[in-house]
Amino acid sequence: MLNVLRHLDAEQQVALLFVIVFGVLLAVTVGDLLLNLQDRPPEWVKRHDRFQRDLRAMWIGAALFWLAWISGPVGATLLFGIVSFLALREFITLSPTRRADHRSLIAAFFIVLPLQYVLVGNRNFDLFSVFIPVYVFFAIPVLGALAGDPERFLERNASIQWGIMVCVYGLSHAPALLLLSFPGEPSGRGAFLVFFLVIVAVVAQVVQEAASRWLRHRPLARQISRSFSARAWLLSATAAGVAGALFFWITPFKIAQALAMGLLAGGAGTLGEFVMKALKKDVGVAYWGNQSAVTGAVGLLDRVAPLAFAAPVFFHSVRWYFKLA
Amino acid sequence: MGRLLAFIARLITGAQGHWKGCPPEALQRIYFANHQSHLDWVLIWAALPGELRAHTRPIAARDYWTASPFKHWLTRAVFNAVYVNRQRTDENDDPLEPLVQALAAGDSLVIFPEGTRSHGGEPQAFKSGLFHLARQFPQVQLVPAWIDNVQRVMPKGEVVPVPILCTVTFGAPLSLGPEEDKRSFLERARAAVVALRPLVL
Repeated sequence: MLNVLRHLDAEQQVALLFVIVFGVLLAVTVGDLLLNLQDRPPEWVKRHDRFQRDLRAMWIGAALFWLAWISGPVGATLLFGIVSFLALREFITLSPTRRADHRSLIAAFFIVLPLQYVLVGNRNFDLFSVFIPVYVFFAIPVLGALAGDPERFLERNASIQWGIMVCVYGLSHAPALLLLSFPGEPSGRGAFLVFFLVIVAVVAQVVQEAASRWLRHRPLARQISRSFSARAWLLSATAAGVAGALFFWITPFKIAQALAMGLLAGGAGTLGEFVMKALKKDVGVAYWGNQSAVTGAVGLLDRVAPLAFAAPVFFHSVRWYFKLA
Repeated sequence: MGRLLAFIARLITGAQGHWKGCPPEALQRIYFANHQSHLDWVLIWAALPGELRAHTRPIAARDYWTASPFKHWLTRAVFNAVYVNRQRTDENDDPLEPLVQALAAGDSLVIFPEGTRSHGGEPQAFKSGLFHLARQFPQVQLVPAWIDNVQRVMPKGEVVPVPILCTVTFGAPLSLGPEEDKRSFLERARAAVVALRPLVL
């Protein structure tokens, strides 16, 4: 049956995809409304609030992807560029930068970020892959040193580099997937890879959340997360693999390949979220959108972290495995 | 134009308004805040809901803000600023006169009672203008505000702002006590602003 789906044309597949995504969201929202009609204990309400926040974020995310789809590759690149900008803004807000970092930050926001997305838009994938890890890695500390403030130099520069790496480099791989072309496939196929990646990452995240709640298992690193256990992670990666296999018809992959890719991307995504947790513990906020934090950060970083970590791994494995130019 | 500017300010700083002590209402108010950067006014202005912006006016030094056509246009057409003279030319001139006129006309004002920009940390002692306005206009609400993080967006001497999230926290309105003298009122007002400062992590 899944093979039948594969032979639909691209437009039909996309339509079907959005019907599935919005249908699931609608079902969950309606179900939640019905469940919410009766009185509940306060503990349940607290958990429910968090659930609703996640649900709202998913609605916004789904609507954004729909917008990205109807606005084509240029629109999608621009859209991810804006998300990148907002995420980096949030990251830098919580980083220990000083006055001397002003020029480096200007470079990060107004030169590095736009250039990286221009490289994506032009499909200069070779330069795109090395621009930040090689050239920006070199340029930022030079700008920092020229500003002449040695205090906590390494810490400041490292956090700027890291912010660029996660929020710009990582996220820019999502639109890069859009523009990847496969031999023998109609162009525009890449859009499905982004869907594939997002679906796989979301499934991994949801399963991870649910599994760590129900399976009370020994956490891997108690200091960082009390709920992140090896079993929950394996379960979430497996679920992501299965979801990937179910959606193989939208990708150029065969079923087994889709399973492997889902496993890889889902696993990388949840690990990325785990890393973000460590980072948040370091800065001292429970989640990025914490009210008690210095700023009114909206918690966007939380949402994009799995994507920012999964996208580069996914992109480069696809490119390497299929030997794409 | 105003909308565009407010949008840019929000894009760069977030300009989040946290209304802790009072809701954003169309009441006549004097907002008073700590002063760390040229962007302070823009930030408060952008944090206000759109419909309040038109009737909330900044104070601008006449000599500086009318010096070039652009500055003049920006303060007059976009912000509807109240111009004040920094140098007193006549002994009998009241420097607060333009502010009094604006308040009498029903507008709200944003003032920075420190007078000049302070370098991060604690705000300096407040100047007495706030006290005189409070005495003359007892019906106008005095709303303290703390602007946070803005010094990181544009440090002194830089021209390009860096996108960093800032917040404006609005506190509960104060009023001048019947017997309260100038010094204790200004100290109380300053303490009200400092109390809004978010906890540093």
